[in-house]
Amino acid sequence: MLLFRDLSFRHKIPLRAIVLVLLTAVVLTAANITREYDQLRSDLLDNAQSLGRVLAAALITPMLHDDLWRAYEVIRMPVETQTQSSLVAELLMVLDPQLRIYVSTDPRTHPVLAELDELGPVFARLADEISTLPPTVHGRALELSEAEDFFVAMPIVFDGVPLGTLLMAYPKSIFEPRFQAIVNRAALVTLLVLLVLLPISAYWGRRMADPLVQLADCMGKVGDTIPPESECRLYESRDEIGRAGTQLRQMLGALREKQALEQQVIASERLAAIGRITAGIAHEINNPLGGMLNAISTYKKHGQAELATTRTLPLLERGLLQIRDTVAALLVEAKVKSHPLTAQDIADLDTLLHPHVAHKRIQLVWEGELTRDVPLPSTQVRQILLNLLLNAVEAADSGTEVVCRTELLQEHLLVKVSNQGEPIPADRLTHLFEPFVGAKPEGHGLGLWVTYQLVTQLGGAIDVKSDASNGTIFSVRLPIGDQKE
Amino acid sequence: MDRRRFLAGLASGAAAAALPSTAASGPPVEPIRIGLTPVFLDDQAAFLNRWRNYLSARIGSPVVFVQRASYREISEQMHIRQLDIAWMCGYPYVMDHSRLHLLAVPLHLGRPAYHSYLITRDDIADIADIGDLAGKVFAFSDPNSFSGSLYPRFLLHQSGLSADTLFRRSFFTWSHRKVIEAVASGLADGGAVAGYVWETLSKLHPEITGRTRVVSRSPSYGFPPFVARADLDPALTDKVRAVFLGMRDDGAGMRLLETLNLDGFVPGTPEMYATIAVMANQVDLS
Repeated sequence: MLLFRDLSFRHKIPLRAIVLVLLTAVVLTAANITREYDQLRSDLLDNAQSLGRVLAAALITPMLHDDLWRAYEVIRMPVETQTQSSLVAELLMVLDPQLRIYVSTDPRTHPVLAELDELGPVFARLADEISTLPPTVHGRALELSEAEDFFVAMPIVFDGVPLGTLLMAYPKSIFEPRFQAIVNRAALVTLLVLLVLLPISAYWGRRMADPLVQLADCMGKVGDTIPPESECRLYESRDEIGRAGTQLRQMLGALREKQALEQQVIASERLAAIGRITAGIAHEINNPLGGMLNAISTYKKHGQAELATTRTLPLLERGLLQIRDTVAALLVEAKVKSHPLTAQDIADLDTLLHPHVAHKRIQLVWEGELTRDVPLPSTQVRQILLNLLLNAVEAADSGTEVVCRTELLQEHLLVKVSNQGEPIPADRLTHLFEPFVGAKPEGHGLGLWVTYQLVTQLGGAIDVKSDASNGTIFSVRLPIGDQKE
Repeated sequence: MDRRRFLAGLASGAAAAALPSTAASGPPVEPIRIGLTPVFLDDQAAFLNRWRNYLSARIGSPVVFVQRASYREISEQMHIRQLDIAWMCGYPYVMDHSRLHLLAVPLHLGRPAYHSYLITRDDIADIADIGDLAGKVFAFSDPNSFSGSLYPRFLLHQSGLSADTLFRRSFFTWSHRKVIEAVASGLADGGAVAGYVWETLSKLHPEITGRTRVVSRSPSYGFPPFVARADLDPALTDKVRAVFLGMRDDGAGMRLLETLNLDGFVPGTPEMYATIAVMANQVDLS
């Protein structure tokens, strides 16, 4: 079963508006009925008193003459001439001074000469009340909670002598049609108000609930992955919901940053582990390799040349040399001494790359300039830049630009190499700097690995971003003066 | 202004209706004044207008109906010659027969006679005669009515009872129809009423008589007659009598008689009321 508390605010707000309208209608109608009841009651008593005075006056002669029939005709007149809308007495009776019925409009139920207090508990109480009435010309309303009628008692007095009492009974249900009319009218008005208010409250409900729904939807998307900002449409405002939205956006931003950082840490730890393993293996290979190459060299100088040997030995040497090259490439040696980096080194790179660039009809753009010599080993930096630029030229679409931007800051050298071309797929990006992963089918896939090792050994950082709109950008940050001499 | 013109028009219209043959000119003719008592259903104003116009046309002089609340007032007005003719009960007629001439006697169910009915409320059982109404409330019609007063008092007298001792309360309604209404409503437990009125009302308003029950019917007595002052011009008396007797011979008269629930009029004789005189002497002298 759907509970009210589980409903969406889109429905809760209009439902609450309906409840409010109904509550207001009920309270107002009740107030109206109470007011109407008081008004009707006072009208009724006024009517009864004026009618009672007229009838009491008309009854004096019949009672003095003891003319029962005339008295009956007098009291029957208001009952017989009743109109539908007016407040009409249901029963009238004349009591003699001994509180016996002199005449009543319903003689079969209230016969002539019956004792009033023998007609039932209500009439017995009325008899008590009437016996204490002062003989004035003013009537008195007698309202008994147990009775179904209002009673008005009017003394019939002639020349100061009480002849009897006129008793008039008005059914309490006399008000019901009027109350019914009020309730009907109130119901109609409430219905009209609801007809007008429902669309308005539904609209308000939507206006109020939508920001909340957006907030809830956005929070619902947060799981293993943090949804990108574009997926969370949030309501902009300074109200509570707007503030919650701003807070959520900030939290998501922080979470995204944390997640990126974690991934970076994992990647660099992996690369470091790979580096250590590679270096270990390379050293283990290099030692026997050096021995083997020495042995071949010695044999070539001093050994007897046999046909088979002279044919096999160069083969062995070439293989071992290839192994040495590969291992050397893996075992990036940053400890080569070299002069500080100058603007000329950069210019040399342009010359070196020229044939590749010309071949692919690509524009190589250099931005920024080294205004001074930078205390970074020029060989390694040139190696880094050369690797990145060669990759960029390779990946760039024909006719586009490859941009190399250098920026010399106080403590860092920033280099950005960017190209327009097919972006690197996301799954490849995470393993891009690992050995033998390289982007191209040709080549040994060690270029970026070497680059990464060089940058790391220089105490710097390398980062890559690749997407369809911005192309691929490699950023290298190298600290100045930090590296060991 | 409007009201005045209206009243003037009404007066001239009434005069024209009252003077059918002599038209507008000539000296004013003294109208014949006929007193009516509630011996019949006298509360039908439109019918009385038609009857009056009929009589005026047939008699040839204007007729005026005079209605009063009690039989006594009509008798007194006959005395002082303010009325020429009256439809009264047989009881006041025999009490004053020396000064009254019998003019015409109505025929009800073909006979110039009627009965006194003793009636009770329909919800009271085991009432067989007037003595069973002991301790009850009783309604008489007019003190001077035979069927609605003298006859029940005669019955009580014969049993050695009186209204004051037998009934818890008794009262007069001054009209037969109102006796029936008083019993029907329960104001009275029993009452005495002219049988002719009860039967006529049962045709017009059976819902009223239906709430009453006829306990006993008296023997037949002379129907309440039309009487004329003894000193009224005999020629006029004869003329008026002829008109009454001739009512059943023409269509308009028949229609009026139908409304009255009567069959016609006969001359009648004073002997028809002799028993009433005897009963009156017995009851009133005791």
